[in-house]
Amino acid sequence: MFIPCDRGGDSAAPDFKGFTLLMPAVSVGNVGQLAIDLVISTLDMTKVGYFYTDCLVPMVGNNPYATAEENSTELSINAEVYSLPSKKLVVLQIRSPFIKNKYRPFCETLLSWVKSSKCARVVLLSSSHAYQRDDEQLLGTPLRYLLTPDLEKAVGGRMKELNWKEMEKVAAYPGISDTDKVLHIPGGGITKLLFTESCSEGIQMAVLLKFCSEGDNIPDAFVLVNYLNEWLQLIKNEVSTVQSKWKIPSSWRLLFGNGLPPALF
Amino acid sequence: MATFFGEVVVAPSRAGLDEEEEAREETPEDQEIRREIEKKRYRRRGRVRLEIRAREIDVLWTWQAGGCAEEPLVCSRFIVAIGRNAAAFLSSFILDSVCWEVVGVVKLWNEWCRTSSTTNVLPTDSFCLFYRLISDPTVLLCQCSCYVAEDQQFQWLEKVFGSMQKKGLQVTILSTCPVADYKTQESTLTLVSPFLKALKTKEFQEEVCCPLLEQPNIVRDLPAA
Repeated sequence: MFIPCDRGGDSAAPDFKGFTLLMPAVSVGNVGQLAIDLVISTLDMTKVGYFYTDCLVPMVGNNPYATAEENSTELSINAEVYSLPSKKLVVLQIRSPFIKNKYRPFCETLLSWVKSSKCARVVLLSSSHAYQRDDEQLLGTPLRYLLTPDLEKAVGGRMKELNWKEMEKVAAYPGISDTDKVLHIPGGGITKLLFTESCSEGIQMAVLLKFCSEGDNIPDAFVLVNYLNEWLQLIKNEVSTVQSKWKIPSSWRLLFGNGLPPALF
Repeated sequence: MATFFGEVVVAPSRAGLDEEEEAREETPEDQEIRREIEKKRYRRRGRVRLEIRAREIDVLWTWQAGGCAEEPLVCSRFIVAIGRNAAAFLSSFILDSVCWEVVGVVKLWNEWCRTSSTTNVLPTDSFCLFYRLISDPTVLLCQCSCYVAEDQQFQWLEKVFGSMQKKGLQVTILSTCPVADYKTQESTLTLVSPFLKALKTKEFQEEVCCPLLEQPNIVRDLPAA
């Protein structure tokens, strides 16, 4: 699945042992993917490879993190891996939707790669439909977290210190009392599947998600990436303006369409 | 979510398909429904063609019909035209029966089109044919006017390129996109069209005949694959 980039003389596969794998779920508002774009762009991460997979719709374009003419012509595809060894961070970015019936094969292959590359833990950035919140969830923070049992032992205490809210389970059959409580993440894409598989495979995984709706999801991405930063401290926390410390990539231009024809006025 | 006359309408999400459907395991009832649909597809063709399962594609090369052993095709240049416009370009300016011979065909079915194994096609048909330059048999050309569905694109790629020896291979992909999809600071109304844009791998060292595709524009589907 993982194909390392050809980096000239050194053709050995990069080593991710002990690294944190940060990745998005393709979910409502694409918030996880936007947040990952901010991480890769701000930390100026190096591409180290890609996933050769039949699970995602194919796409290709030029470098979405281009800052100048010189670095703007490297091709970029639907699932690429970036690394920052100084922070023991490896990031997977997913840029297109899943093909029907391919959620499970992708999750299985991904988790198998996580195990074989000996990543220490996985952090999944996701989102869920805001309109599906119950009355209690409508109040307070729109951010939630989930930890697999193996990671709960390691960092559960830190989440409590940060005063984070765990994602609530909901009744399997709403309106009927005494039913089992189940995890329900509407609009979360592969989030629930990946999380439940990680629980049963003993993988240390954290899910960080935000309740949101489709629309201009850039502010949601900033909120989610700041939430992540509270824990992982990827960049320094500054007291001044919240948005300015994250670098918006050049590919975020024209998200809402082209310029207007002058003849309109 | 919009409401019309009191009904609640769930808006589609950019995130794609409803994952609740995706995550749900197929019940025995779902399996039975799927089997019935597939049976209907076979019956509609008039004859039972068991060798073609609904979403599988078949790549048939002319040398296979002669019972020859399947050796990889030695190919130095492979030109692929995807979509009706690109296929028509090749028909109008490149292909002729004197210099090119048909060497292969792709047989597939999806909800948008069906191709057959016939090589005698009309421009209005959906087809996917391979041609070889008679004077240099390592030059291959593909006209793919049919739509290859999302779940068939990877298969197409593996089966076509799987038949080729890829060392020293140069691939050129021709395709078209609507001008309305082109993202630019100005309005597309004032753009002079049609216009050419290119994407290239870093291994491609030759001169490109037009500007490179600017961010944030992308290419998707079979040309991207």
